[in-house]
Amino acid sequence: MRIELVKRPQQSALFSALSPFIALVLTLVAGAIMFSLLGKSPLDALYYYFVDPLREIWSLHELAIKAAPLILIAVGLSVCFLSNNWNIGAEGQFIAGAIAGSILPVMFPDFQSWIVLPLMLIMGMIGGAAYASVPAFLKTRFNTNEILTSLMLVYVAQLFLDWMVRGPWRNPAGMNFPETRDFHQYAILPEIWSSSGRAHWGFVFALVAAVVVWFMLSRTLRGFEVKVLGQSPRAGRFAGFSSSQMVFFAFIVSGALAGLAGISEVSGAIGQLRPTISPGYGFTAIIVAFLGRLNPLGIIAAGLILALSYLGGEAAQISIGVSDKVVRAFQGLLLFFVLGADTLIHYRIRFVGSAPRNAEVSHGNA
Amino acid sequence: MGMLEAILITIATAATPLLIAAVGELVVERSGVLNLGVEGMMVMGAVTGFGVALTTGSPWLGFLAATAVGALFSLLFAFLTLTLVTNQVATGLALTLLGLGLSGMIGESFVGLPGVKLGSIYIPFLTDLPLVGKLLFGQDPIFYLSLLLTGGVAYFLFRTRAGLTLRSVGDNHASAHALGINVILIRYLAVMFGGACAGLAGGYLSIVYTPQWVENMTAGRGWIALALVVFASWRPWRVLAGAYLFGAVTIGQLHAQALGIGVPSQLLSSLPYLATVIVLVLISGNRRLTMINTPASLGRPFVPDR
Repeated sequence: MRIELVKRPQQSALFSALSPFIALVLTLVAGAIMFSLLGKSPLDALYYYFVDPLREIWSLHELAIKAAPLILIAVGLSVCFLSNNWNIGAEGQFIAGAIAGSILPVMFPDFQSWIVLPLMLIMGMIGGAAYASVPAFLKTRFNTNEILTSLMLVYVAQLFLDWMVRGPWRNPAGMNFPETRDFHQYAILPEIWSSSGRAHWGFVFALVAAVVVWFMLSRTLRGFEVKVLGQSPRAGRFAGFSSSQMVFFAFIVSGALAGLAGISEVSGAIGQLRPTISPGYGFTAIIVAFLGRLNPLGIIAAGLILALSYLGGEAAQISIGVSDKVVRAFQGLLLFFVLGADTLIHYRIRFVGSAPRNAEVSHGNA
Repeated sequence: MGMLEAILITIATAATPLLIAAVGELVVERSGVLNLGVEGMMVMGAVTGFGVALTTGSPWLGFLAATAVGALFSLLFAFLTLTLVTNQVATGLALTLLGLGLSGMIGESFVGLPGVKLGSIYIPFLTDLPLVGKLLFGQDPIFYLSLLLTGGVAYFLFRTRAGLTLRSVGDNHASAHALGINVILIRYLAVMFGGACAGLAGGYLSIVYTPQWVENMTAGRGWIALALVVFASWRPWRVLAGAYLFGAVTIGQLHAQALGIGVPSQLLSSLPYLATVIVLVLISGNRRLTMINTPASLGRPFVPDR
């Protein structure tokens, strides 16, 4: 039996809407099979992953904390991916934003005023944008592959952060632990609703960013430019759009949002810099972006789902003793299913029985 | 054994996994497919190779399993990109993310266990030669295999009919298809060859280079291998040169750390990554060189018309 693709005359609206759900269901089925193989009850496992974390208010707050960076980063990545710029170094831009945003509370701890926090957020965005503009510059000036350069810069940023918190920025009163001093009260991103849990304003930033970028993409000329240059650079050139300007635009927007995510995480959830400040948000956000079909509003939902999987991983580890490493395998699997299900948007899939031999030869294909 | 010889041997050990993975990816890209999942296939090879070598006690079975798992894992990518015509960049990323996640899960029980070592070969008299004996005749068998592989791929691509066919598929899949060449089948085989090489390279890391399992132990080597293919402008012998250059940078920075020169160790550790960026800039800036050698259909989807 062979699989044959038949091009649809036009994109299927039905499957455009359905494909993320098909992918989710397939991932759940695969997960259930895997848990059965591990000797756990699949229903129990799915319950702890996806229902248990939603039962308590404080845990919904944790969900918002995990979803904020994922949504912020993925919204930026959607601009990149739609314009055919493959920024996969958001993890590095997240770290760069966290470091740049931490300059004030770490180096000038005596400067305490309400203005500190807004400055930190702005510096975080500048830091992330500046770091993202390196691969953009190399791509436009030297034709360098942005996938490889942006990824290499992730390792560089991680090592730089490690050096900072063990070296020049180490807390002088911290008993040699590799961490910076605790941020003072004016450098802490406040909680949204502190009587019920610790979710901070980063989640609000994420929602605002998603709506703004959605508006930009769907209602402005700039958004049209993003999509035209992404689908056909040639057509974009004829329309007078500059593709090198677009490279910078996409990288700077996504870098700034990743940087904002970084400083929000540090000042909202952690309260200081440490050698590791992200459980791979920058990479998981790639999955979020695709699961949300590169639509910022879809990305909000996708970000919440992936954040839930992080929480569920912790819950399942405690309650049924499944390693939290399982989550990352699931997340990878989910992206596979998303990409596969997207094929249905453009093609109908036909299963063909073994064709007669001579027909194969005369067609000359598989 | 002199200091210089010892350093040269460690450079070869650092370069071998890069060489194997990059030569495999070179064949994939020559067939017109860009598989960004090298890191994922490599780390799957590393965890399988380590696990099988540990449970059976045989490093050879470890290498075999690593190679097989790399090839099998790459089939996932091949099915999506070639049969379902998904975006190759996104699918390659998915393969890497899945590989890193799965290997962490599989390898959890291996953390901290001592691995099975593979001995170096010994040829009486030749290995005992002063200066060059150990370097030329006293390394591990996979080192020699990596050189054979490079030569074999160079011969296959540029001296055989099948190699010409593979390159034609990579340069113009529509014409190749019109000539009756089975484009999709050839690409499937190329992707699996690349997967097998990446798996073997991963196995080398966890059996020979550092005989242990650590999560994410590939540490970006799959991505460096991808960069090496660009650096080599898709030519096998240049991959060899590039891999040894990176091996030298890796080992050089390790020695500098050991000597305790007054530079932060993190800066030294980031040198291989920075070197990758610099090398890419130097090569990509030369448009003539890259234009001539880049497979023209690289990364383009192909749906046979019927």
